[in-house]
Amino acid sequence: MSCILELQNIGFTYGAGTPFEKRAVDGVSLKINKGEFIGVIGHTGSGKSTLVQMLNGLIRPTDGRVLLDGKDIWDEPKKIRNVRFRVGMVFQYPEYQLFEETVYKDIAFGAQNKGLTGKELDEAVLKAARFAGVKESHLQKSPFDLSGGEKRRAAIAGVIAMDPDVLVLDEPTAGLDPMGREILLSQISGYHKQRGNTILLVSHTMEDIARVADRIIVMNRSECVMFDTTKSVFAQGDKLRETGLRVPQITSVMQTLKNKGYSVPDGVLTVDEATSVLAALMKKEGKAW
Amino acid sequence: MVRDVAFGQYFPTDSVIHRLDPRAKILMFIAYIVVIFCTFNYASLGVIAGFTVLFLALSRISPKFYFKSLKVIIFIVIFTSLLNLFYGTGEPIFQWGIFKLTWNGIHRAIFVTVLASSCLTFTTSPTELTDAMERLMKPLKVIHFPVHEVSMMMSLALRFIPTLLEETDKIMAAQKARGANMDSGNLIQRVKSLIPILIPLFVSAFRRAYDIATAMECRCYRGGAGRTRMKSIHMSTRDGIAVAVLVLVPAGVIICNILIPAMV
Repeated sequence: MSCILELQNIGFTYGAGTPFEKRAVDGVSLKINKGEFIGVIGHTGSGKSTLVQMLNGLIRPTDGRVLLDGKDIWDEPKKIRNVRFRVGMVFQYPEYQLFEETVYKDIAFGAQNKGLTGKELDEAVLKAARFAGVKESHLQKSPFDLSGGEKRRAAIAGVIAMDPDVLVLDEPTAGLDPMGREILLSQISGYHKQRGNTILLVSHTMEDIARVADRIIVMNRSECVMFDTTKSVFAQGDKLRETGLRVPQITSVMQTLKNKGYSVPDGVLTVDEATSVLAALMKKEGKAW
Repeated sequence: MVRDVAFGQYFPTDSVIHRLDPRAKILMFIAYIVVIFCTFNYASLGVIAGFTVLFLALSRISPKFYFKSLKVIIFIVIFTSLLNLFYGTGEPIFQWGIFKLTWNGIHRAIFVTVLASSCLTFTTSPTELTDAMERLMKPLKVIHFPVHEVSMMMSLALRFIPTLLEETDKIMAAQKARGANMDSGNLIQRVKSLIPILIPLFVSAFRRAYDIATAMECRCYRGGAGRTRMKSIHMSTRDGIAVAVLVLVPAGVIICNILIPAMV
């Protein structure tokens, strides 16, 4: 697998030289492969948001380098916009960035800035709307007439329309109801499967991350403390708890069973997986399901 | 970026100046500004400068921040000084003289006003400031001026400045992430590029205003009638001393003006 994004010892200090100086990210080095789905977790203030904003050049690292396809993104600072089209970024509560008269025009904003026109633009917008689950009947409405969840989908479509190779989503499900989360999350993973691009998902909900991520970046106190497959990160429940995080509920249930002497594997991540493990276990012990 | 401006911030260092009654501070501030325009020679200017330094020192706030607040106006001062130099050379005509005097006056006024107003806002919290304003404007109630409402509006506005600045940063980042181009192009393009920032900002400002209105309604806010304060402000001996010291300033200025013939 080829590497698309590489961070070389990057760090960022807010307000250097003032009394409010704060080291937000410190010495993070990692490689992200093409087509991977990466989860980013860490408690509030651990540096996740700063880290992901350095990936598309919104924040310039105070030290270290960010390589996109092996090229330092700050080699030509004037062309940083091109990096932003390739690394799409969906912020927290993205619905607050909507501004156009119609949903269609708002989704088109990024793609237009990228230079798409006419038929290409139209196709990009419709495709993005479909991926993000924006109803076609909503496209000609004002974005301010939509409901909260619909607004959020429209805003996400606006970033997808730029057709980025890497898509970063900062807590896209925050503030949605359980049903809305479920739908949005499966839409994102459906988009990932179809488009085959790289996705970074920042989230506080371990269950969400466990369901979709291949690998997980764990941030704690400005440092990247773990970067491993989802299974092995969640198998280290104690280490996670030290950083103020927890494992998915089902994983900790299975861990408890294991501690009580049942033969269940480490790092069970989803309820479905747990069901089949438990069914097999009960069959083995000769009990009815 | 936008947040780095020192002018108008509050630094809670709890000095003598901090503990003064905000009403006394506002009145002293106004008196000070008036006095600056009455200085006619270097001696009286020296009196003002001396007292300014004294007050700044008493506020126990690092001189760095005062310099920072001056930075905003340093350009204007340098620019007008250059003009002044240009007009002032060689031609001792009366009108030019007046012109020169005016520019000098403006320099002094700007410098000392900025320092004094920094001293006021650095040492007085926004709540104290608006409380004091409300009390000072109370006599206007006679002519049915809505004193309480105006000061409530002022304190709400002050409260939301940092929030809106933060929001602007966020919206700008989000639009930049969608390739919005804000740093290049001609004037019209630049103005146009502000639309994607201003519209969401207005929308969110209105949303916040509605939220605040609802929250106030929920707590049965019904204007100023019969309202008492959690922290009522009292004049004390300290304020008396401060006012007395400040009376020395115009006195000193006037004495200097009379004793020493006009030089500036």
